[in-house]
Amino acid sequence: MHPIVEVRGAVKRYPGVTALGGVSLKVFPGEVVALIGENGAGKSTLMKLLGGLVRPDEGEILIDDKLVQIANVSVATSLGIALIHQELNTLDNIDVAGNVFLGREPSRFGIIDRSKMNADAKSLLERLGLPISVDTSLHKLSLAQKQMVEIAKALSLNARILIMDEPTSSLTFTETEQLLRIVEDLRKQGVGIVYISHRLGEVKGIADRVVGMRDGQNAGELSKDEITHDRMVKMMVGRDLDRREAKAATHSQEDRLVVKNLRTSRFPKCPVSFEVKAGEVFCLAGLVGAGRSEVVQAIFGTDYSVSGSVQLDQKEIPKGQPKQAIDSGICLVPEDRRNVGLIVEWSIKHNITLPYLKKYSRSGLIDLNAENQASIQQSKALKVKTQSVEVPVATLSGGNQQKVVVGKWMIQQPKVLILDEPTRGVDVGAKAEIYQLMRELSASGVAILMVSSDMEEVLGVSDRVAVMHEGSITGVLDRAEFSEEAIMSLAVGKGNQL
Amino acid sequence: MKGLLRKETGIFVLLVVVCLATAMKSPQFMSLENLQNTSRLIGMYGIFSIGAGLVIITSGIELSVGSMFALLGVLLAIMLNEKHWSPFLSIGIILALGTALGAFHGFLITRVKLQPFIVTLCGLLFYRGIARFIADDRTKGFGDAVGFEGLQKFVTGNVLGLPMPFALLIVLSIIMWVVLHRSVYGRHLYAVGRNEEAARYSGINTKRVIASAYIISGLLAGVAGILIAFYTNSISPSSHGNFYELYGIAAAVLGGCSLRGGEGTVIGIILGTILLQVLQNLVNLLGIPSSLNFAVMGAVILLGVLADQLLSNRSLTRKAS
Repeated sequence: MHPIVEVRGAVKRYPGVTALGGVSLKVFPGEVVALIGENGAGKSTLMKLLGGLVRPDEGEILIDDKLVQIANVSVATSLGIALIHQELNTLDNIDVAGNVFLGREPSRFGIIDRSKMNADAKSLLERLGLPISVDTSLHKLSLAQKQMVEIAKALSLNARILIMDEPTSSLTFTETEQLLRIVEDLRKQGVGIVYISHRLGEVKGIADRVVGMRDGQNAGELSKDEITHDRMVKMMVGRDLDRREAKAATHSQEDRLVVKNLRTSRFPKCPVSFEVKAGEVFCLAGLVGAGRSEVVQAIFGTDYSVSGSVQLDQKEIPKGQPKQAIDSGICLVPEDRRNVGLIVEWSIKHNITLPYLKKYSRSGLIDLNAENQASIQQSKALKVKTQSVEVPVATLSGGNQQKVVVGKWMIQQPKVLILDEPTRGVDVGAKAEIYQLMRELSASGVAILMVSSDMEEVLGVSDRVAVMHEGSITGVLDRAEFSEEAIMSLAVGKGNQL
Repeated sequence: MKGLLRKETGIFVLLVVVCLATAMKSPQFMSLENLQNTSRLIGMYGIFSIGAGLVIITSGIELSVGSMFALLGVLLAIMLNEKHWSPFLSIGIILALGTALGAFHGFLITRVKLQPFIVTLCGLLFYRGIARFIADDRTKGFGDAVGFEGLQKFVTGNVLGLPMPFALLIVLSIIMWVVLHRSVYGRHLYAVGRNEEAARYSGINTKRVIASAYIISGLLAGVAGILIAFYTNSISPSSHGNFYELYGIAAAVLGGCSLRGGEGTVIGIILGTILLQVLQNLVNLLGIPSSLNFAVMGAVILLGVLADQLLSNRSLTRKAS
């Protein structure tokens, strides 16, 4: 069998960095190739090469054994290559059919032929086994469903090579399963799939072959029967990492954060109560949309709560005001780091010092020298990989960006640190560093409240797990009771309502 | 930060070129009288342009200052010349009123969550209408300034050889430079303009910061309003201050403020103001028909923004290749 697409010795240089230093990749029809590697390993550049977004400096690309020049996106499309980005490119104000055929609407005399468009869209959705109506507006769909609309769009372009960049990073367990089923179907239909993911469990389940990348080079390959978690990690980082962070229960018995009957604006009928002890890592698990982010946002004050109380060390925290929460020592590392966690156009320095600028100022004027020192110290302490703190955070990798968000709150030791999906889109190395930091903080008495959809993370770093389902806590598990099955059954609402 | 510096250098070079060209064509440009008068205008326009820039940095817009000048001017003339109130009281009332109108805009924008364009557009219409109504659509003036000769002399006179408005602009721009570029408040203003949500998540009281920009802009409009009223000496309510809000916005944009917010410097705004005034002066001195006044200004602003866009595009491509 011939490969459907082959990359030979691709080189791509940017000023100062070689993003790709001679990378090769082959994908056969009906094969799922998982591409793994830390952030900055060159995966995205390689994919952009195939998608026509970047031209290689050296090397060749062959489709069906024929040499091709992928000059731009439309060439890639006509060659049957479809790229599904991490960030979705769907429009919320248009329906499903309109999104699938965006820019290519079947029309007569400039009037959209709705019936043809709907019929075509319908058959595509059926091929994907997606039970939604083609005239549903996109804003009513879940993230996973939107992603599938993107896949439908790719199929409508007769894509034979589908490149998926972290398709499941923001999906729930069940949504992920649904997506993986579709990948499975597409494979049977002979589509060649490149699957980029940091979720190694998933890769293990779906991949026919794993290609590792490190520092812009091929870092090895694993065939189906060689794929194990440890071998993948080793290939990516070039060393062994202990991944299960067994943790001694060092926390005290005093309640630091007490949440009583908190009712969020999204689930006004569901009072939520729990407490987090000093030095404890408390995790809110559950499916995306279960109301976990709403709870932590209400505690922090960026979202409104209908009623209920939040107490820190027995003192009531006024609600709806992040400033008050921060002043009392409650800090949030939000889920959407690029839009609300950081001002991405700003430098590392200005981002890090933003919340506690007053510490570096006298009578309202900033002491630029002190600010500079503090930011350098913070970025060193958190091992942010950068040449200078003057660099805009937009240019950093996901993991380094996340370290900057955490760094903002480390200027003044928080009493409660809330982390919403702390390692989403973060590479393995940075992940380990973030876990290490969480351990150090909790050892020093900080109460940590984490929201996570990553099962490995939930089981690995938490002391206690509260599982949420449709706005309510369906169960709280101690370390002794931890298991994937227990959490899943509570997450889908099978547990006893508390 | 480097990009901002480059922006300012660009407009500075343009300004020098325009000045040299005018000076060569018309020796009158460098005459003491012309320089004094131009700097007086720069002073008045600069003061409210800083306010316009401040609001633009928060990614808002303030369209009502021109009409505010008419309203404040009419009220000032009535208080001083007809009611014979004390100059101190009258000035105080005008400054307070400017500040209050700014606060009202800030309230509607941050608390009621109306769009800045709409709020200040309504202000533009409303204040003009009220000014004309109060004045009965008749021109108001200061006459012989009986009872407030001192005040008139003060605001239209010179200090250290500089026209009062220009001297005031220097003082105010130094203050605003420190506020914007060195203070915690200034940093918060840029943060809110660049990414309001991220600023809120960092514990900044974004509503208060945004409202404060409109309040400061209102106060500066009050100061400029007094200077402009005394400069023209007669206030015809239907035309006094017409389009001035656009001069302010133009100066800010020319000086590097982005309407998307989060960008701009005091020095840039001042340079923008100076360039606009020198252009006006050039039109007058070189005998270009004054009907072309707006066309010249529009063309220069467009060219300035165009050049900036081309330069930044080129530097982007250079970075990419």
